[in-house]
Amino acid sequence: MLRVRNLRTGYGSLEVIKGVSFHVAPGEVVALIGANGAGKTSLLSAVVGLLPPWDGQVVIGGRDATGAPPWESIASGVVLVPEGRRIFADMTVMENLQVGGYRNPDRDRLIDEMFDRFPRLRERRGQTAGTLSGGEQQMLAIARGLIARPRLLLLDEPSLGLAPLLVKEVFEVVRGLRDLGVTICMVEQNAVAALEIADRGYVLETGEIILEGVSEDLLRNPEVMRAYLGKGYREVWE
Amino acid sequence: MSQIVQFFFSGLTLGSIYAVVALGFNLIYSTTGILNFAQGEFLMLGGMTAVTLARFTPIPVAVVGAVVIVTLCGGVLEILFFRRLRRPTVLQMIIITIGLSIVIREVALHVWDEKVRSLSYFTGNECSSVRVLGAGISPQVFWVLGTVALVVLLLHLFLHRSLVGRAMRACASNPEAAMLAGINTGRMRTLAFMLSAGIGALGGCVISPITMTQYDSGAGLAIKGFAAAMLGGLGRPMPGVLGGLLVGLAEAFSVYFGMPAAYKDATAFGILVAVLFVRPQGLFSSGELQAGAQER
Ligand SMILES: Nc1ncnc2c1ncn2[C@@H]1O[C@H](COP(=O)(O)OP(=O)(O)O)[C@@H](O)[C@H]1O
Ligand SMILES: [Mg+2]
Repeated sequence: MLRVRNLRTGYGSLEVIKGVSFHVAPGEVVALIGANGAGKTSLLSAVVGLLPPWDGQVVIGGRDATGAPPWESIASGVVLVPEGRRIFADMTVMENLQVGGYRNPDRDRLIDEMFDRFPRLRERRGQTAGTLSGGEQQMLAIARGLIARPRLLLLDEPSLGLAPLLVKEVFEVVRGLRDLGVTICMVEQNAVAALEIADRGYVLETGEIILEGVSEDLLRNPEVMRAYLGKGYREVWE
Repeated sequence: MSQIVQFFFSGLTLGSIYAVVALGFNLIYSTTGILNFAQGEFLMLGGMTAVTLARFTPIPVAVVGAVVIVTLCGGVLEILFFRRLRRPTVLQMIIITIGLSIVIREVALHVWDEKVRSLSYFTGNECSSVRVLGAGISPQVFWVLGTVALVVLLLHLFLHRSLVGRAMRACASNPEAAMLAGINTGRMRTLAFMLSAGIGALGGCVISPITMTQYDSGAGLAIKGFAAAMLGGLGRPMPGVLGGLLVGLAEAFSVYFGMPAAYKDATAFGILVAVLFVRPQGLFSSGELQAGAQER
Protein backbone atom coordinates (compact mmCIF):
# COMPACT_ATOMS: atom_id res chain seq x y z
CA MET A 1 0.00 0.00 0.00
CA LEU A 2 2.72 2.42 1.05
CA ARG A 3 6.43 1.94 0.72
CA VAL A 4 8.95 4.60 1.69
CA ARG A 5 12.59 4.10 0.77
CA ASN A 6 15.54 6.06 2.15
CA LEU A 7 13.54 9.22 2.51
CA ARG A 8 15.45 12.35 3.42
CA THR A 9 13.88 15.72 4.00
CA GLY A 10 13.91 18.74 6.27
CA TYR A 11 13.31 22.45 6.63
CA GLY A 12 15.68 24.85 4.91
CA SER A 13 19.08 23.27 5.44
CA LEU A 14 18.01 21.41 8.58
CA GLU A 15 17.70 17.71 7.86
CA VAL A 16 15.06 16.13 10.11
CA ILE A 17 14.36 12.86 8.26
CA LYS A 18 17.67 11.14 7.64
CA GLY A 19 17.05 8.20 5.35
CA VAL A 20 13.90 6.51 6.58
CA SER A 21 12.45 3.34 5.07
CA PHE A 22 9.17 1.80 6.13
CA HIS A 23 6.08 0.24 4.64
CA VAL A 24 2.42 -0.35 5.35
CA ALA A 25 0.75 -3.42 3.83
CA PRO A 26 -2.96 -3.46 2.91
CA GLY A 27 -5.21 -4.15 5.89
CA GLU A 28 -2.45 -3.47 8.38
CA VAL A 29 -2.34 -1.06 11.28
CA VAL A 30 1.14 0.36 11.75
CA ALA A 31 2.26 2.57 14.62
CA LEU A 32 5.04 5.14 14.24
CA ILE A 33 6.28 6.06 17.66
CA GLY A 34 8.97 8.34 18.95
CA ALA A 35 9.58 11.25 21.27
CA ASN A 36 8.53 14.80 20.61
CA GLY A 37 10.69 16.22 17.80
CA ALA A 38 11.73 12.81 16.47
CA GLY A 39 10.36 13.73 13.03
CA LYS A 40 7.09 11.80 12.93
CA THR A 41 5.01 14.70 11.63
CA SER A 42 7.69 15.64 9.10
CA LEU A 43 7.78 12.05 7.85
CA LEU A 44 4.03 11.94 7.22
CA SER A 45 4.15 15.42 5.66
CA ALA A 46 6.76 14.19 3.21
CA VAL A 47 4.67 11.12 2.39
CA VAL A 48 1.65 13.22 1.34
CA GLY A 49 3.76 15.91 -0.33
CA LEU A 50 3.34 18.78 2.12
CA LEU A 51 7.10 18.68 2.64
CA PRO A 52 9.13 18.12 -0.53
CA PRO A 53 11.43 15.10 -0.19
CA TRP A 54 15.13 15.73 -0.79
CA ASP A 55 16.00 12.18 -1.62
CA GLY A 56 14.49 8.70 -1.57
CA GLN A 57 11.21 7.37 -2.81
CA VAL A 58 7.55 7.26 -1.80
CA VAL A 59 5.55 4.53 -3.52
CA ILE A 60 1.78 4.50 -3.02
CA GLY A 61 -0.22 1.56 -4.30
CA GLY A 62 2.64 0.49 -6.57
CA ARG A 63 3.01 3.94 -8.15
CA ASP A 64 5.83 6.38 -7.54
CA ALA A 65 4.39 9.38 -5.71
CA THR A 66 7.66 11.03 -4.66
CA GLY A 67 7.19 14.79 -4.46
CA ALA A 68 3.64 14.75 -5.84
CA PRO A 69 1.58 17.71 -4.58
CA PRO A 70 -0.61 17.07 -1.51
CA TRP A 71 -3.90 17.30 -3.39
CA GLU A 72 -2.88 14.30 -5.45
CA SER A 73 -2.23 12.07 -2.45
CA ILE A 74 -5.94 11.89 -1.80
CA ALA A 75 -6.53 10.80 -5.39
CA SER A 76 -4.23 7.85 -4.81
CA GLY A 77 -6.22 6.92 -1.71
CA VAL A 78 -4.00 8.32 1.02
CA VAL A 79 -5.59 10.66 3.54
CA LEU A 80 -3.69 12.42 6.29
CA VAL A 81 -5.56 13.55 9.39
CA PRO A 82 -3.01 16.14 10.45
CA GLU A 83 -1.58 16.87 13.85
CA GLY A 84 -3.56 19.49 15.72
CA ARG A 85 -6.72 18.57 13.77
CA ARG A 86 -6.57 21.51 11.37
CA ILE A 87 -10.31 21.73 10.98
CA PHE A 88 -11.75 24.68 9.07
CA ALA A 89 -12.57 26.59 12.24
CA ASP A 90 -14.75 29.31 10.73
CA MET A 91 -16.86 26.92 8.66
CA THR A 92 -19.70 24.74 9.88
CA VAL A 93 -19.34 21.07 10.76
CA MET A 94 -21.33 20.19 7.65
CA GLU A 95 -19.14 22.36 5.43
CA ASN A 96 -16.00 20.78 6.88
CA LEU A 97 -17.32 17.38 5.92
CA GLN A 98 -18.36 18.50 2.45
CA VAL A 99 -14.91 19.91 1.78
CA GLY A 100 -13.44 16.64 3.07
CA GLY A 101 -15.39 14.93 0.29
CA TYR A 102 -14.34 17.49 -2.33
CA ARG A 103 -13.09 14.77 -4.67
CA ASN A 104 -15.74 12.19 -3.76
CA PRO A 105 -19.01 12.41 -5.73
CA ASP A 106 -20.53 10.05 -3.17
CA ARG A 107 -19.93 12.52 -0.35
CA ASP A 108 -23.53 13.03 0.80
CA ARG A 109 -24.04 9.34 1.52
CA LEU A 110 -20.72 9.14 3.36
CA ILE A 111 -21.55 12.22 5.41
CA ASP A 112 -24.70 10.43 6.56
CA GLU A 113 -22.60 7.43 7.44
CA MET A 114 -20.26 9.62 9.48
CA PHE A 115 -23.21 11.14 11.29
CA ASP A 116 -24.31 7.63 12.25
CA ARG A 117 -20.84 6.86 13.51
CA PHE A 118 -20.40 10.18 15.31
CA PRO A 119 -23.89 11.26 16.43
CA ARG A 120 -22.41 14.31 18.16
CA LEU A 121 -21.41 15.68 14.78
CA ARG A 122 -24.96 15.31 13.47
CA GLU A 123 -26.27 17.30 16.44
CA ARG A 124 -23.75 20.02 15.68
CA ARG A 125 -23.84 19.98 11.90
CA GLY A 126 -24.79 23.66 11.61
CA GLN A 127 -22.39 24.84 14.30
CA THR A 128 -19.12 26.60 13.52
CA ALA A 129 -16.39 23.99 13.82
CA GLY A 130 -14.15 26.24 15.91
CA THR A 131 -16.72 26.19 18.71
CA LEU A 132 -16.55 22.39 19.12
CA SER A 133 -14.68 20.87 22.05
CA GLY A 134 -11.23 19.36 21.45
CA GLY A 135 -12.58 15.83 21.32
CA GLU A 136 -15.37 16.75 18.92
CA GLN A 137 -12.87 18.55 16.71
CA GLN A 138 -10.74 15.42 16.57
CA MET A 139 -13.78 13.34 15.62
CA LEU A 140 -14.58 15.91 12.95
CA ALA A 141 -11.03 15.76 11.61
CA ILE A 142 -11.19 11.98 11.40
CA ALA A 143 -14.66 12.02 9.84
CA ARG A 144 -13.53 14.64 7.32
CA GLY A 145 -10.68 12.34 6.35
CA LEU A 146 -12.87 9.26 6.08
CA ILE A 147 -15.28 10.98 3.69
CA ALA A 148 -12.55 10.91 1.08
CA ARG A 149 -12.78 7.13 1.36
CA PRO A 150 -9.12 6.47 2.12
CA ARG A 151 -7.45 3.22 1.28
CA LEU A 152 -4.71 4.29 3.68
CA LEU A 153 -5.47 6.56 6.61
CA LEU A 154 -2.55 8.43 8.18
CA LEU A 155 -3.33 9.67 11.68
CA ASP A 156 -0.94 12.14 13.27
CA GLU A 157 -1.27 12.14 17.06
CA PRO A 158 -5.05 11.83 17.18
CA SER A 159 -5.01 11.78 20.98
CA LEU A 160 -2.82 14.86 21.45
CA GLY A 161 -4.16 17.34 23.96
CA LEU A 162 -7.29 15.39 24.80
CA ALA A 163 -8.58 14.49 28.25
CA PRO A 164 -7.96 10.83 29.21
CA LEU A 165 -11.57 9.84 28.64
CA LEU A 166 -11.50 11.29 25.12
CA VAL A 167 -8.16 9.65 24.42
CA LYS A 168 -9.87 6.35 25.10
CA GLU A 169 -12.70 7.31 22.78
CA VAL A 170 -10.31 8.20 19.97
CA PHE A 171 -8.53 4.87 20.32
CA GLU A 172 -11.92 3.17 20.23
CA VAL A 173 -12.64 4.88 16.93
CA VAL A 174 -9.29 3.76 15.52
CA ARG A 175 -9.96 0.23 16.71
CA GLY A 176 -13.35 0.33 15.00
CA LEU A 177 -11.77 1.46 11.73
CA ARG A 178 -9.20 -1.32 12.00
CA ASP A 179 -11.97 -3.87 12.45
CA LEU A 180 -13.62 -2.50 9.29
CA GLY A 181 -10.43 -3.27 7.44
CA VAL A 182 -9.14 0.28 6.90
CA THR A 183 -5.38 0.36 6.48
CA ILE A 184 -3.97 2.74 9.07
CA CYS A 185 -0.62 4.28 9.84
CA MET A 186 -0.80 6.02 13.19
CA VAL A 187 1.71 8.38 14.76
CA GLU A 188 1.56 8.48 18.52
CA GLN A 189 3.56 9.59 21.51
CA ASN A 190 1.23 7.40 23.49
CA ALA A 191 3.35 4.39 22.50
CA VAL A 192 1.75 1.70 24.59
CA ALA A 193 -1.82 2.49 23.56
CA ALA A 194 -0.81 2.74 19.90
CA LEU A 195 1.08 -0.54 19.91
CA GLU A 196 -1.86 -2.28 21.55
CA ILE A 197 -3.96 -1.49 18.50
CA ALA A 198 -1.27 -1.86 15.85
CA ASP A 199 -0.02 -4.99 14.13
CA ARG A 200 3.48 -3.61 13.72
CA GLY A 201 5.44 -0.61 14.82
CA TYR A 202 8.44 1.54 14.01
CA VAL A 203 10.39 3.57 16.52
CA LEU A 204 11.71 6.87 15.20
CA GLU A 205 14.49 8.76 16.92
CA THR A 206 15.97 12.05 15.66
CA GLY A 207 14.97 11.32 12.09
CA GLU A 208 15.99 7.67 11.93
CA ILE A 209 14.20 4.41 12.49
CA ILE A 210 16.01 2.67 15.30
CA LEU A 211 13.64 -0.23 15.85
CA GLU A 212 10.89 -2.05 14.04
CA GLY A 213 8.85 -5.18 14.66
CA VAL A 214 5.51 -6.67 15.54
CA SER A 215 3.71 -4.85 18.31
CA GLU A 216 4.01 -7.55 20.95
CA ASP A 217 7.78 -7.60 20.61
CA LEU A 218 8.07 -3.83 20.70
CA LEU A 219 5.90 -3.63 23.78
CA ARG A 220 8.34 -5.94 25.55
CA ASN A 221 11.42 -4.08 24.33
CA PRO A 222 13.13 -1.76 26.84
CA GLU A 223 14.53 0.28 23.94
CA VAL A 224 11.00 1.35 23.10
CA MET A 225 10.64 2.94 26.49
CA ARG A 226 13.95 4.67 25.95
CA ALA A 227 12.92 6.09 22.59
CA TYR A 228 9.48 6.90 23.87
CA LEU A 229 10.77 8.89 26.78
CA GLY A 230 13.44 10.55 24.68
CA LYS A 231 16.80 12.03 25.47
CA GLY A 232 16.25 12.80 29.13
CA TYR A 233 15.68 9.16 29.85
CA ARG A 234 18.75 8.15 27.91
CA GLU A 235 20.96 10.56 29.82
CA VAL A 236 19.80 9.06 33.07
CA TRP A 237 20.46 5.50 31.94
CA GLU A 238 23.69 5.75 30.01
CA MET B 1 -32.37 68.01 2.87
CA SER B 2 -32.22 67.36 -0.85
CA GLN B 3 -28.55 68.26 -0.70
CA ILE B 4 -27.90 65.67 1.99
CA VAL B 5 -29.67 63.08 -0.14
CA GLN B 6 -27.51 64.10 -3.06
CA PHE B 7 -24.32 63.68 -1.08
CA PHE B 8 -25.57 60.45 0.42
CA PHE B 9 -26.14 58.90 -2.99
CA SER B 10 -22.87 60.18 -4.34
CA GLY B 11 -21.09 58.66 -1.31
CA LEU B 12 -22.97 55.41 -1.71
CA THR B 13 -22.07 55.22 -5.40
CA LEU B 14 -18.38 55.83 -4.85
CA GLY B 15 -18.53 53.58 -1.82
CA SER B 16 -20.00 50.69 -3.73
CA ILE B 17 -17.15 50.94 -6.22
CA TYR B 18 -14.62 50.90 -3.38
CA ALA B 19 -16.58 47.93 -2.10
CA VAL B 20 -16.00 46.17 -5.42
CA VAL B 21 -12.26 46.83 -5.14
CA ALA B 22 -12.24 45.65 -1.52
CA LEU B 23 -14.21 42.56 -2.48
CA GLY B 24 -11.67 41.54 -5.10
CA PHE B 25 -8.84 42.43 -2.78
CA ASN B 26 -10.22 40.32 0.06
CA LEU B 27 -11.13 37.41 -2.17
CA ILE B 28 -7.55 37.10 -3.38
CA TYR B 29 -6.06 37.83 0.03
CA SER B 30 -8.14 35.31 1.92
CA THR B 31 -7.74 32.55 -0.64
CA THR B 32 -4.06 33.03 -1.37
CA GLY B 33 -2.50 35.41 1.14
CA ILE B 34 -1.52 37.74 -1.70
CA LEU B 35 -2.08 41.49 -1.25
CA ASN B 36 -2.99 42.40 -4.81
CA PHE B 37 -2.27 46.08 -5.31
CA ALA B 38 -3.16 45.73 -8.99
CA GLN B 39 -6.83 45.32 -8.05
CA GLY B 40 -7.72 48.86 -9.17
CA GLU B 41 -6.26 48.13 -12.60
CA PHE B 42 -8.91 45.49 -13.17
CA LEU B 43 -11.57 48.21 -12.94
CA MET B 44 -9.62 50.43 -15.30
CA LEU B 45 -9.13 47.58 -17.78
CA GLY B 46 -12.83 46.71 -17.58
CA GLY B 47 -13.89 50.29 -18.27
CA MET B 48 -11.38 50.87 -21.09
CA THR B 49 -12.10 47.55 -22.81
CA ALA B 50 -15.84 48.16 -22.65
CA VAL B 51 -15.45 51.65 -24.09
CA THR B 52 -13.51 50.22 -27.02
CA LEU B 53 -15.91 47.34 -27.58
CA ALA B 54 -18.89 49.71 -27.37
CA ARG B 55 -17.74 51.26 -30.61
CA PHE B 56 -18.68 48.05 -32.41
CA THR B 57 -21.39 46.49 -30.27
CA PRO B 58 -24.30 47.52 -28.07
CA ILE B 59 -23.33 48.39 -24.48
CA PRO B 60 -24.55 45.17 -22.80
CA VAL B 61 -22.44 43.10 -25.19
CA ALA B 62 -19.47 45.40 -24.64
CA VAL B 63 -19.77 45.05 -20.88
CA VAL B 64 -20.03 41.27 -21.00
CA GLY B 65 -17.12 41.16 -23.44
CA ALA B 66 -14.98 43.37 -21.21
CA VAL B 67 -15.75 41.26 -18.14
CA VAL B 68 -14.84 38.05 -19.99
CA ILE B 69 -11.60 39.52 -21.35
CA VAL B 70 -10.47 40.97 -18.02
CA THR B 71 -11.41 37.75 -16.21
CA LEU B 72 -9.12 35.85 -18.56
CA CYS B 73 -6.41 38.48 -18.05
CA GLY B 74 -6.67 37.91 -14.29
CA GLY B 75 -6.15 34.18 -14.76
CA VAL B 76 -3.23 34.67 -17.13
CA LEU B 77 -1.52 37.14 -14.77
CA GLU B 78 -1.79 34.68 -11.90
CA ILE B 79 -0.38 31.84 -13.97
CA LEU B 80 2.47 33.99 -15.30
CA PHE B 81 3.50 35.71 -12.09
CA PHE B 82 2.43 33.60 -9.14
CA ARG B 83 2.15 29.97 -10.28
CA ARG B 84 5.79 29.16 -9.97
CA LEU B 85 6.37 30.82 -6.61
CA ARG B 86 6.07 27.97 -4.17
CA ARG B 87 6.15 29.92 -0.93
CA PRO B 88 6.43 33.60 -1.79
CA THR B 89 7.20 36.03 1.01
CA VAL B 90 4.86 38.93 1.72
CA LEU B 91 7.44 41.40 0.49
CA GLN B 92 7.93 39.49 -2.78
CA MET B 93 4.21 39.47 -3.40
CA ILE B 94 3.78 43.17 -2.66
CA ILE B 95 6.62 44.03 -5.03
CA ILE B 96 5.16 41.81 -7.73
CA THR B 97 1.63 43.22 -7.50
CA ILE B 98 2.78 46.84 -7.35
CA GLY B 99 5.05 46.14 -10.29
CA LEU B 100 2.15 44.54 -12.11
CA SER B 101 -0.07 47.54 -11.52
CA ILE B 102 2.60 49.82 -13.01
CA VAL B 103 3.08 47.56 -16.02
CA ILE B 104 -0.66 47.28 -16.66
CA ARG B 105 -0.95 51.06 -16.50
CA GLU B 106 1.91 51.50 -18.99
CA VAL B 107 0.44 48.90 -21.32
CA ALA B 108 -2.94 50.62 -21.12
CA LEU B 109 -1.28 53.92 -21.95
CA HIS B 110 0.16 52.33 -25.10
CA VAL B 111 -2.94 50.42 -26.14
CA TRP B 112 -5.19 53.40 -25.60
CA ASP B 113 -3.75 56.81 -24.76
CA GLU B 114 -3.92 59.32 -21.93
CA LYS B 115 -7.39 60.56 -22.91
CA VAL B 116 -10.28 60.32 -20.49
CA ARG B 117 -13.07 58.08 -21.78
CA SER B 118 -16.40 56.91 -20.58
CA LEU B 119 -19.11 54.49 -21.50
CA SER B 120 -22.38 56.19 -22.29
CA TYR B 121 -25.14 56.04 -19.71
CA PHE B 122 -26.84 52.62 -19.60
CA THR B 123 -30.27 54.30 -19.53
CA GLY B 124 -30.99 57.94 -20.28
CA ASN B 125 -28.12 60.45 -20.51
CA GLU B 126 -26.13 62.78 -18.27
CA CYS B 127 -29.14 65.08 -17.88
CA SER B 128 -31.80 62.57 -16.94
CA SER B 129 -32.47 62.07 -13.27
CA VAL B 130 -34.72 60.24 -10.87
CA ARG B 131 -36.32 62.22 -8.04
CA VAL B 132 -35.54 60.85 -4.59
CA LEU B 133 -36.65 62.90 -1.58
CA GLY B 134 -36.34 66.05 -3.58
CA ALA B 135 -32.90 65.31 -4.99
CA GLY B 136 -32.15 64.46 -8.61
CA ILE B 137 -30.23 61.19 -8.84
CA SER B 138 -28.75 59.93 -12.09
CA PRO B 139 -30.22 56.60 -13.23
CA GLN B 140 -26.66 55.32 -13.60
CA VAL B 141 -26.36 55.52 -9.80
CA PHE B 142 -29.05 52.88 -9.55
CA TRP B 143 -27.24 50.76 -12.12
CA VAL B 144 -24.13 50.94 -9.96
CA LEU B 145 -25.92 50.20 -6.70
CA GLY B 146 -28.00 47.40 -8.22
CA THR B 147 -25.07 45.76 -9.97
CA VAL B 148 -22.86 45.88 -6.90
CA ALA B 149 -25.64 44.53 -4.68
CA LEU B 150 -26.19 41.68 -7.12
CA VAL B 151 -22.47 40.89 -7.31
CA VAL B 152 -22.21 40.84 -3.52
CA LEU B 153 -25.24 38.57 -3.25
CA LEU B 154 -24.05 36.17 -5.94
CA LEU B 155 -20.56 36.01 -4.51
CA HIS B 156 -21.96 35.31 -1.07
CA LEU B 157 -24.09 32.48 -2.46
CA PHE B 158 -21.12 31.11 -4.37
CA LEU B 159 -18.88 31.10 -1.29
CA HIS B 160 -21.47 29.63 1.03
CA ARG B 161 -23.64 27.37 -1.09
CA SER B 162 -21.47 25.84 -3.79
CA LEU B 163 -18.84 23.17 -3.27
CA VAL B 164 -16.15 25.14 -5.10
CA GLY B 165 -16.98 28.24 -3.06
CA ARG B 166 -16.73 26.25 0.14
CA ALA B 167 -13.43 24.84 -1.04
CA MET B 168 -12.27 28.40 -1.63
CA ARG B 169 -13.19 29.32 1.93
CA ALA B 170 -11.40 26.20 3.12
CA CYS B 171 -8.23 27.47 1.40
CA ALA B 172 -8.66 30.72 3.32
CA SER B 173 -9.32 28.94 6.59
CA ASN B 174 -6.49 26.41 6.48
CA PRO B 175 -4.54 26.01 3.25
CA GLU B 176 -2.68 22.85 4.24
CA ALA B 177 -5.82 21.06 5.37
CA ALA B 178 -7.49 22.18 2.14
CA MET B 179 -4.70 20.62 0.11
CA LEU B 180 -5.02 17.44 2.13
CA ALA B 181 -8.72 17.34 1.23
CA GLY B 182 -7.70 17.19 -2.42
CA ILE B 183 -8.12 20.85 -3.29
CA ASN B 184 -5.61 22.04 -5.85
CA THR B 185 -4.72 25.33 -4.19
CA GLY B 186 -2.89 26.51 -7.29
CA ARG B 187 -6.07 26.30 -9.31
CA MET B 188 -8.06 27.95 -6.51
CA ARG B 189 -5.59 30.80 -6.66
CA THR B 190 -6.15 31.18 -10.39
CA LEU B 191 -9.90 31.08 -9.83
CA ALA B 192 -9.67 33.75 -7.11
CA PHE B 193 -7.71 36.00 -9.46
CA MET B 194 -10.21 35.44 -12.27
CA LEU B 195 -13.20 36.15 -10.01
CA SER B 196 -11.59 39.29 -8.60
CA ALA B 197 -10.66 40.50 -12.06
CA GLY B 198 -14.14 39.84 -13.42
CA ILE B 199 -15.89 41.52 -10.51
CA GLY B 200 -13.50 44.46 -10.81
CA ALA B 201 -14.10 44.77 -14.54
CA LEU B 202 -17.86 44.82 -14.06
CA GLY B 203 -17.48 47.52 -11.41
CA GLY B 204 -15.23 49.47 -13.77
CA CYS B 205 -17.90 49.30 -16.48
CA VAL B 206 -20.88 50.44 -14.44
CA ILE B 207 -18.98 53.33 -12.83
CA SER B 208 -17.37 54.48 -16.06
CA PRO B 209 -20.24 56.81 -17.14
CA ILE B 210 -20.09 58.59 -13.76
CA THR B 211 -16.38 58.88 -12.91
CA MET B 212 -14.83 58.38 -16.38
CA THR B 213 -11.99 55.98 -17.10
CA GLN B 214 -8.37 56.73 -17.86
CA TYR B 215 -5.25 54.55 -18.07
CA ASP B 216 -4.23 55.52 -14.54
CA SER B 217 -7.60 55.57 -12.80
CA GLY B 218 -6.86 52.25 -11.08
CA ALA B 219 -4.21 53.55 -8.71
CA GLY B 220 -6.49 55.76 -6.63
CA LEU B 221 -9.10 53.02 -6.51
CA ALA B 222 -6.56 50.54 -5.17
CA ILE B 223 -5.75 52.77 -2.19
CA LYS B 224 -9.41 53.37 -1.41
CA GLY B 225 -10.27 49.72 -1.82
CA PHE B 226 -7.38 48.84 0.46
CA ALA B 227 -8.65 51.34 3.04
CA ALA B 228 -12.11 49.76 2.75
CA ALA B 229 -10.72 46.26 3.12
CA MET B 230 -8.69 47.28 6.18
CA LEU B 231 -11.73 48.96 7.67
CA GLY B 232 -13.72 45.74 7.34
CA GLY B 233 -10.84 43.57 8.48
CA LEU B 234 -8.41 42.23 5.91
CA GLY B 235 -9.50 38.99 4.22
CA ARG B 236 -13.19 39.19 5.04
CA PRO B 237 -15.15 39.88 1.85
CA MET B 238 -18.53 40.91 3.25
CA PRO B 239 -17.35 43.30 6.02
CA GLY B 240 -15.07 44.77 3.36
CA VAL B 241 -18.15 45.75 1.36
CA LEU B 242 -19.42 47.64 4.37
CA GLY B 243 -15.99 49.21 4.71
CA GLY B 244 -16.22 50.38 1.09
CA LEU B 245 -19.58 52.04 1.64
CA LEU B 246 -18.26 53.77 4.77
CA VAL B 247 -15.19 55.10 2.96
CA GLY B 248 -17.38 56.39 0.12
CA LEU B 249 -19.83 58.08 2.48
CA ALA B 250 -17.01 59.57 4.55
CA GLU B 251 -15.50 60.99 1.39
CA ALA B 252 -18.77 62.50 0.19
CA PHE B 253 -19.67 64.02 3.54
CA SER B 254 -16.19 65.39 4.17
CA VAL B 255 -16.88 67.55 1.11
CA TYR B 256 -20.38 68.34 2.36
CA PHE B 257 -18.92 69.55 5.64
CA GLY B 258 -16.63 71.96 3.89
CA MET B 259 -13.46 70.09 3.07
CA PRO B 260 -12.13 71.33 -0.29
CA ALA B 261 -13.13 68.77 -2.93
CA ALA B 262 -9.54 68.62 -4.13
CA TYR B 263 -8.60 67.02 -0.82
CA LYS B 264 -11.36 64.47 -0.69
CA ASP B 265 -8.88 61.72 -1.56
CA ALA B 266 -7.18 62.48 1.74
CA THR B 267 -10.26 61.19 3.57
CA ALA B 268 -9.73 57.61 2.45
CA PHE B 269 -6.04 57.90 3.18
CA GLY B 270 -6.80 59.29 6.63
CA ILE B 271 -9.12 56.37 7.30
CA LEU B 272 -6.46 53.94 6.14
CA VAL B 273 -3.83 55.42 8.43
CA ALA B 274 -6.25 55.61 11.34
CA VAL B 275 -7.27 51.98 10.93
CA LEU B 276 -3.66 50.84 10.61
CA PHE B 277 -2.76 52.58 13.86
CA VAL B 278 -5.87 52.14 15.95
CA ARG B 279 -7.59 48.94 14.81
CA PRO B 280 -5.41 46.96 12.39
CA GLN B 281 -7.78 44.01 12.74
CA GLY B 282 -10.62 46.09 11.25
CA LEU B 283 -13.69 47.70 12.71
CA PHE B 284 -15.89 44.63 12.81
CA SER B 285 -13.60 41.81 13.85
CA SER B 286 -14.34 41.83 17.57
CA GLY B 287 -16.56 39.39 19.38
CA GLU B 288 -19.81 41.28 18.85
CA LEU B 289 -19.78 40.71 15.11
CA GLN B 290 -19.40 36.93 15.10
CA ALA B 291 -21.18 36.62 11.79
CA GLY B 292 -18.42 38.67 10.23
CA ALA B 293 -15.74 36.26 11.33
CA GLN B 294 -17.53 33.49 9.48
CA GLU B 295 -17.67 35.36 6.23
CA ARG B 296 -14.21 34.49 5.03
N1 LIG C 1 8.11 24.13 10.10
C1 LIG C 1 9.29 23.78 10.63
N2 LIG C 1 10.39 24.53 10.41
C2 LIG C 1 11.59 24.20 10.92
N3 LIG C 1 11.82 23.11 11.68
C3 LIG C 1 10.78 22.31 11.95
C4 LIG C 1 9.46 22.60 11.45
N4 LIG C 1 8.62 21.64 11.87
C5 LIG C 1 9.37 20.79 12.59
N5 LIG C 1 10.65 21.18 12.65
C6 LIG C 1 11.75 20.48 13.33
O1 LIG C 1 11.83 19.19 12.79
C7 LIG C 1 12.08 18.25 13.81
C8 LIG C 1 11.00 17.17 13.74
O2 LIG C 1 9.75 17.74 14.05
P1 LIG C 1 8.40 16.95 13.91
O3 LIG C 1 8.39 16.28 12.60
O4 LIG C 1 7.29 17.87 14.21
O5 LIG C 1 8.54 15.87 15.06
P2 LIG C 1 7.42 15.05 15.83
O6 LIG C 1 6.18 15.08 15.02
O7 LIG C 1 8.01 13.69 15.95
O8 LIG C 1 7.25 15.71 17.15
C9 LIG C 1 12.09 19.00 15.11
O9 LIG C 1 13.42 19.19 15.49
C10 LIG C 1 11.43 20.32 14.79
O10 LIG C 1 12.00 21.34 15.55
MG1 LIG D 1 4.35 15.69 15.51
